[in-house]
Amino acid sequence: MVGIELEIKAIANRLRQPFNRLFSTSLRASNEEAKLADFGYRKVPVEQKEKLVHGVFSSVASNYDIMNDVMSMGIHRLWKCHMINKLDCGMRPNSGKPLQFLDVAGGTGDVAFGLLDHANEKYGDNESKMIVADINPDMLKEGERRCLKTRYANSPRIKFMVQNGEKLESIPDNSIDVYTIAFGIRNFTNIQAGLDAAYRVMKPGGIFACLEFSQVHDPVLSYLYDLYSFSCLPMMGQLIANDRDSYEYLVESIRKFPNQEKFASMIRKAGFYVPGKGYEDLTFGVAAIHLGVKL
Amino acid sequence: MFTNSYAIVQSCFKRPLQLQRRYLSFLPLVASAVATTGGVFLGNSIRLADQLENDEIDQNITKGERELKENKTVKPRFERPPKNYPNHVPLYAYEKAAMFLFSSIGALLHPEKNQYIVALGESTAIPPYLRWLRKQMLEDETGREILKNRPYITSETLHMDKLKKYPENSFGKVYYEWLLRENVSPDTRVNVKFIDDEELAFVFQRYRQCHDFYHALTGLPIAREGEIAVKFFEFLNIGIPFAGMGALFAPLNLKKHQRERLLSVYYPWAIDTAAHCKKNLINVYWEKIMDKDVDELRAELGITKPPDMRKLRKLAKERRHAAKKMIAEVNK
Repeated sequence: MVGIELEIKAIANRLRQPFNRLFSTSLRASNEEAKLADFGYRKVPVEQKEKLVHGVFSSVASNYDIMNDVMSMGIHRLWKCHMINKLDCGMRPNSGKPLQFLDVAGGTGDVAFGLLDHANEKYGDNESKMIVADINPDMLKEGERRCLKTRYANSPRIKFMVQNGEKLESIPDNSIDVYTIAFGIRNFTNIQAGLDAAYRVMKPGGIFACLEFSQVHDPVLSYLYDLYSFSCLPMMGQLIANDRDSYEYLVESIRKFPNQEKFASMIRKAGFYVPGKGYEDLTFGVAAIHLGVKL
Repeated sequence: MFTNSYAIVQSCFKRPLQLQRRYLSFLPLVASAVATTGGVFLGNSIRLADQLENDEIDQNITKGERELKENKTVKPRFERPPKNYPNHVPLYAYEKAAMFLFSSIGALLHPEKNQYIVALGESTAIPPYLRWLRKQMLEDETGREILKNRPYITSETLHMDKLKKYPENSFGKVYYEWLLRENVSPDTRVNVKFIDDEELAFVFQRYRQCHDFYHALTGLPIAREGEIAVKFFEFLNIGIPFAGMGALFAPLNLKKHQRERLLSVYYPWAIDTAAHCKKNLINVYWEKIMDKDVDELRAELGITKPPDMRKLRKLAKERRHAAKKMIAEVNK
């Protein structure tokens, strides 16, 4: 049954693409057991998705913040601030144990620095440590460059690691107090594996927080949002960052990401305790903060 | 759907003829309208209610888990029409208009950024103009050959390593030297994406790729002034609309002395050369005339070489500096 479905999909693909792509897709059709992952609305072999996502982020790395600002009209900063305030992390003054934060897919480091700054300003916490993990070394280098301009420059408190979020090989079990991932989990090839890895590395009592684009509920706003995403954003990417394809991929990956309830179930499935609904909608559902606690 | 619900509701209201009241005959109409609009908003609930009746719903799992199990594929709300060629991005009309507007502003303010020039070129190369240009190609023998062969210019197809060894005054050698002097390569030309018809897209791509040959033939540099002069010449000879727009508006963004030089030396040269040019330059099969003597080529095409822009700029700069020094000394 699965083989027939794959073949039908491959034939439909062939009909949609022009003549000179016939030969490149015929190999895929013949491999009936080929496991396909979503790359936006395209289906690509699982092994390729990582490379393609890597390519997307290498090309947007240096312009990343400009494009984020243009795409969300600066609102992404408000979202990140809201998440940092909501989490309210920091070693309390009477506790002797510094916290270990982990920011995954946080290449450029804005959430990481924000968390540490909040801990410092609100609780006077100067000891909690931070690991910034990202699968793309270009984004991490950008983060390291920005770190040099903050008060954490060359500090042993922040570590930058190239890690695959689905495995987190170098991070020991039960070691992380707060795990944050902002706008990164939709790029994982296997989202459930990423959630399972998060469950593994967290200490009991640790908090998992995920800030991600989600589905807009209201039909009118959803239509306007779709119009903006499919027309305006790629055009802005093309004219401002000279990269239409990466921004088309970004828009498609947002649409493909599970909606708020489905993602909350996935977090529950990984073993986390999900309080209440499990999510908080931001800007009518354009983004959502999902929380989970490891008990 | 509307007529169906109207028929159903009407059947509920049917009475024996003598008891029917004429002034209530609008009721079936109203009731069916309400049923239709209600159906639009309640469709999902009605579907779920049917499923509940048929015992298809497991009430022990949450909504999220049910959605996980269902694993519905999400179809995009907007889909672009099918592509006509591999690199094609079919844009809607309002997107083309927006691209024209923003790229024209961007190209005026930042002509050094390639993305604005590319977008402006493709949004102004409207089908009527491209069809006229294709007709020019079809009316010329070499043009027909180009349309048939569809040559694509890269450094491999031009055999750049061989061009180095060509005789001194050949067009190939002049082109190679110009590339070295300006530090550019023929591989940096972007593919055409936004033109809908496949053959017209090739015609515009051919124009874009031959742009460097016009530079080499006239010896104009890639500085803003040089680009504007070549653009004006292209507009007069080939007729590209965005080249005309560039020739009209781009000098406004230049420094005063550059603009004066452009208007007094290079625009008259462009008009003069275009008037004497014997064929539309899009019809020249550049790859086949690489070994031709460049003066012979210019005479054949009717093109004269303008004053060397780099030398003129250098001279003017030296004079300005000398004048500034003199003024400074006089004021001491």
